[in-house]
Amino acid sequence: MAPDASPPSKDGEAPAPHAPSTEEFLQEQASPEFGELRKAHRSFAFPLTVAFIVWYLAYVLLSNYAGGFMGTKLFGNINVALVLGLGQFLTTFLIAWFYSRHANAKLDPKAEAIKSRLEAGA
Amino acid sequence: MSPALNTTVLAATSDASEHRALIISLFAAFVIATLFITVWAGRQTKSAADFYAGGRQFTGFQNGLAISGDYMSAASFLGIAGAIALFGYDGFLYSIGFLVAWLVALLLVAEPLRNSGRYTMGDVLAYRMRQRPVRTAAGTSTIVVSIFYLLAQMAGAGVLVSLLLGITSDAGKILIVALVGVLMIVYVTIGGMKGTTWVQMVKAVLLITGTILITFLILLKFNFNVSDLLGTAASNSGKGSAFLEPGLKYGVSDTSKLDFISLGIALVLGTAGLPHILIRFYTVPTSKAARKSVNWAIGIIGAFYLMTIVLGFGAAALLKPGDIIASNKAGNTAAPLAALEIGGGGDSAGGAILLAVISAVAFATILAVVAGLTLASSSSFAHDIYANVIKKGKATEKEEMRAARWSTVFIGIVSIALGALARDLNVAGLVALAFAVAASANLPTILYSLFWKRFTTQGALWSIYGGLVAAVGLVLFSPVVSGKPTSMFPDANFDFFPLENPGLISIPLGFLLGWLGTMLSKEEPDKGKYAELEVRSLTGTGAH
Repeated sequence: MAPDASPPSKDGEAPAPHAPSTEEFLQEQASPEFGELRKAHRSFAFPLTVAFIVWYLAYVLLSNYAGGFMGTKLFGNINVALVLGLGQFLTTFLIAWFYSRHANAKLDPKAEAIKSRLEAGA
Repeated sequence: MSPALNTTVLAATSDASEHRALIISLFAAFVIATLFITVWAGRQTKSAADFYAGGRQFTGFQNGLAISGDYMSAASFLGIAGAIALFGYDGFLYSIGFLVAWLVALLLVAEPLRNSGRYTMGDVLAYRMRQRPVRTAAGTSTIVVSIFYLLAQMAGAGVLVSLLLGITSDAGKILIVALVGVLMIVYVTIGGMKGTTWVQMVKAVLLITGTILITFLILLKFNFNVSDLLGTAASNSGKGSAFLEPGLKYGVSDTSKLDFISLGIALVLGTAGLPHILIRFYTVPTSKAARKSVNWAIGIIGAFYLMTIVLGFGAAALLKPGDIIASNKAGNTAAPLAALEIGGGGDSAGGAILLAVISAVAFATILAVVAGLTLASSSSFAHDIYANVIKKGKATEKEEMRAARWSTVFIGIVSIALGALARDLNVAGLVALAFAVAASANLPTILYSLFWKRFTTQGALWSIYGGLVAAVGLVLFSPVVSGKPTSMFPDANFDFFPLENPGLISIPLGFLLGWLGTMLSKEEPDKGKYAELEVRSLTGTGAH
């Protein structure tokens, strides 16, 4: 495995990263560290995706089949339909922020550790 | 180049009034500025990574701006504002689907794609699979989706620019479509991804600035009382409070309600399968930057759609509904007309200037979007089909880039021809179809490839071709093509499928076929390749 790691160039630049073999990828995939990273991504992203799609479809169905409810005026000319529509905007912004916070705190450090280990060829 | 363009346009509008001259000067200024950027970017485009991915040196913010520029097409800007002006609340429903869709891209697609691919969507779809069949399928669906989308933009360009410049003759409209086509070929062949990205950024800034200006002026007129604005729009529309509730467009019948569900699903699942959006993630150096660019895009696009609500209801409040429809049946000119009105009306200098600004922004929007689409389809042809299928991965970088440039010219000519034929079609409808095809043919394979270890080549092929054929086939037999006065062929009747949007059937079918093809395939999935793809996609190991 070692021979394909190129030696450091003479002007002191960092050596080209080691290109891991399929064997190394298989080992990494089965490792507990990678399992944790996968779980941290999937257990966050999958339920959240289901949640926002259900909320969006609920909104679509309400618009279609609950006209009376959606037309209820809340204040002035602002009705339930408009508030729920703006609610979709708000939840989109919040989910984007929430996911990025999770990714920065929980995913990036784990991913970075695995990447540097693999590219170092250790 | 520019004086020649100028005279062509001027010749087509011999009756040009003063504000037309102003519109044309602003168009020309945009064209000159973007050609300048293109030539500058072209000088720096040397390698394939430069041409396809802009050298991967853009920041998250820059790419977020460029994504917004790529995404906020004429359909968003003019189509949504127009739909709100005519149908009130139902017009607003489009923008919600277009925005929520970004979460699919953010949570599931953007980062893994950036980590594991190089230039095209096909890089990721074919990663674990037999290269040639899957690359061919990915290239085919990329080109079909992009051409649908391109057609919408070209049709919009023809109708809209002609309308704003007062060109009514067919020859004049075709000339405008051809002009847009030639410019887009120039942008892409010379500037590559770097030039195209800068054009998108400039356009996004112009579009946002123009929209803020008009939104501010409309709100000022109503003393920033949104309730008052909505009330005036409702009473002026002649439809009363129904104008502020769902149902005017999609609540007419049980079929139109199903059509709305179909449209909603296509919009929310389509974005993450649009090739011209996906390749934008390759222009940044890391997956973290890809995440940042989607966050910026969500912020910018969300703010923009919020302003289109004011624009649309503002147009409804300020203009007579008859005037909007008289100017363009689909309402596509409501935003420019509102700009003219808010600036002081047809005879005032303020009105003329605002109209010119908004028209120039619309023109910039169309040009930037068509350039992005052409780049996506020619990249896929050159990288997926030419380099990996025809040349079996043995093409040199030079040969690949030459193929990309020639296919740009070819696709440009095809879309000029199609755009000239399709110049009277409904713009927003065509874009929704592109979303449906992307969600049916591309998204299932992207998600299965990244997250399902058993997925096989046969599953990928069934899903891509099955989703593609179902979506395009259902459109062919829908009221979009025949049977209604608004159809492509109003006098023929082969509209066996009642819905205008095929998503409700074709998207579940794409997912189902991917699963079925996998379960029925005799080959074992390549475990080693999946390990490579999964580890790379989540960690960025060995990312280019």
